[in-house]
Amino acid sequence: MLSLITDIALTHIAGRGRQTLVSILGVALGVGFSIAMAALMQGSQDEFVTSLIDALPHVDITDEYRDPPRQPADLVFDLAAYSNLRPREDTRGILNATEAMTALRAFVDGNAVASLKVQAVARAGGAETGITLTGTDPAREALISSFDEDMRKGKLEDLRASPFGIVIGDKLADKLTIDIGDTVVVSSTGDITRRFKVTGLFHTGVVAQDNAYGLVNLKAAQIIAGRPNAVNEIRVRLNDAQSARDVAAQIERLIGYKSVSWQEANESLLEAFFIRNIIMFTVVGAILLVAGFGIFNIVSIITHEKSRDIAILKSLGFAERDIRLIFLSEGLAMGLAGSLLGWALGFGLTKVLSSVKFEIEQATEITHLPVTFDLMHYGVAASFAIIAAATAGYLPARKASRLNPVDIIRGAT
Amino acid sequence: MSKLEAAPVISAHGMTRILPGTVPVTLVKDIDLEIGHGEFVAITGPSGSGKSSLLYLLGLLDVPTEGAVHINGAPTEDLDADERAHLRLETLGFVFQFHFLLPEFTTLDNITIPMRRLGKRSRKEMDERAQELLDALGMGDQAHKRPDQLSGGQRQRVAVARALANDPAVILADEPTGSLDSKSTEQVFSILKDIVDKEGRTVVAVTHDIDLAERMYRRVHLIDGRIDSDVTIKSGKR
Ligand SMILES: Nc1ncnc2c1ncn2[C@@H]1O[C@H](COP(=O)(O)OP(=O)(O)OP(=O)(O)O)[C@@H](O)[C@H]1O
Ligand SMILES: [Mg+2]
Repeated sequence: MLSLITDIALTHIAGRGRQTLVSILGVALGVGFSIAMAALMQGSQDEFVTSLIDALPHVDITDEYRDPPRQPADLVFDLAAYSNLRPREDTRGILNATEAMTALRAFVDGNAVASLKVQAVARAGGAETGITLTGTDPAREALISSFDEDMRKGKLEDLRASPFGIVIGDKLADKLTIDIGDTVVVSSTGDITRRFKVTGLFHTGVVAQDNAYGLVNLKAAQIIAGRPNAVNEIRVRLNDAQSARDVAAQIERLIGYKSVSWQEANESLLEAFFIRNIIMFTVVGAILLVAGFGIFNIVSIITHEKSRDIAILKSLGFAERDIRLIFLSEGLAMGLAGSLLGWALGFGLTKVLSSVKFEIEQATEITHLPVTFDLMHYGVAASFAIIAAATAGYLPARKASRLNPVDIIRGAT
Repeated sequence: MSKLEAAPVISAHGMTRILPGTVPVTLVKDIDLEIGHGEFVAITGPSGSGKSSLLYLLGLLDVPTEGAVHINGAPTEDLDADERAHLRLETLGFVFQFHFLLPEFTTLDNITIPMRRLGKRSRKEMDERAQELLDALGMGDQAHKRPDQLSGGQRQRVAVARALANDPAVILADEPTGSLDSKSTEQVFSILKDIVDKEGRTVVAVTHDIDLAERMYRRVHLIDGRIDSDVTIKSGKR
């Protein structure tokens, strides 16, 4: 019975070979391109997020509050108004940092380091440039950031042996025309000046870091800042980066300081990805819609051409449902064939894309287009195509099934 | 004899069919007709008298505006389109003036289509029965040809074979020899006659050919959608 339906459907399709092929190709192109596009989009997104997760602390706790501290007058009067008020500069940093670290270690699955970030000016020879210094524990720093892996000269742990050692970005070193072993003079805004010895150079690929960033021992930073024992940042690296949002919220509840997950810090970027995905699905949807029109068109033509056959089948005793099934399966067959072909096309395209090489200016590394192979893409593209094809087949099928055989038979005689 | 076979195989009771429209057209009016098993009925009448319309109504392809058609004594007015289709599949076989074979299928496949739709035989049995039918109609060597490789008379014989595929109680034929030469006409006519004489089925055939009508066992003459005369020369098997 079902084989009879498909037999009849196949003769119809075969009778319109070229148009059928065009329709199938339309579906295949839609499916293939959407798979390749999804692989590329997902690939670039994955790569970007991975580099984000690698480069940034997963949770960044600073000595700020989400709500600025309330003014004393607020606490007493309902309608207090201020003008020209600036918050008092808080030089204390994160209070009770040691307790906070202990608490974090108790429930956070990962590592944390307490550090002091200081703005300063670096001088060497005649050159002078602004620099962001992070005073940290080199051993812990290696666990929570990727500076350790990005070292071009020297090692991060060399800092431990020289209390006034400094590790800086390679571009900054170029700017100051200094190299490993040279001395750089660092002055804080509080006019404290110390000489630091360059023990290492890093290259992270993030221009802002390579240009104006330096790592020193925590104690040295505290001296430069004139804030003994102060810490103004705790950076956390989690074993599961995806849990950062929850962990950040938990930390903030626990210690009160503003704790920002990497997702929150990059909200707008992640939003942009989301919008990009919507655009992608719209484009893919449009391609498949056009393919659907192709199928609609050809099944409609077949139902018109075969109206005599429909009348015969109905006079022989075929039910409306049988007629619907015949033409629906024609649309479905085209959708299925197109999907299979589209899978092959998408797979091939993805392979070709992933083998495309290109060089980024100055950088020495050769980069491939990032692609992600995900069966989901194949499933989604094919489901879209098959739903479109089924709808495109169903509409003319329904019309054909309602055809009155007497009208046709009378017309023919 | 069972009660089922005692009842007329097809009967019309006060049947009228009016096509709706700004000017309604009456196709047939007040038809009362009982056709029993083993009858060989000619429906005659001038062109436009409603012969085809009557046949479509008796074959459940069309639905009367008033009155009813009974198949084997059972009323059909409460059946929906798919139930009527199933009744056609099991008990009625149509032959039209033009062969109406499916052009992409071979002779044999055209005959097995109604059997496959009914699904009561295995594929092998279907092919065997189709071949038997073709053999019986002198078409045994044409099984694997397509309709466009056959002559008009051969196609019409295939159409008869297809109508017989599911062992219907009744064959309804609308000018089955209308487009055939005299030799083919004779062949097809004798096949229809054999269906009645040898197999005891009922054949109802619309015809313009007075000669043929004279050789059938009962003649129903229509004029303007009404039965003008109904003459039985030889009654069917009872
Ligand atoms: N769809 C229709 N619209 C209007 N009139 C119709 C329609 N179908 C049939 N008729 C009319 O109904 C009448 C009966 O038609 P029918 O085909 O049953 O006649 P017939 O006896 O089979 O004629 P013929 O011998 O030419 O085949 C005719 O007058 C025909 O013109
Ligand atoms: Mg007619």
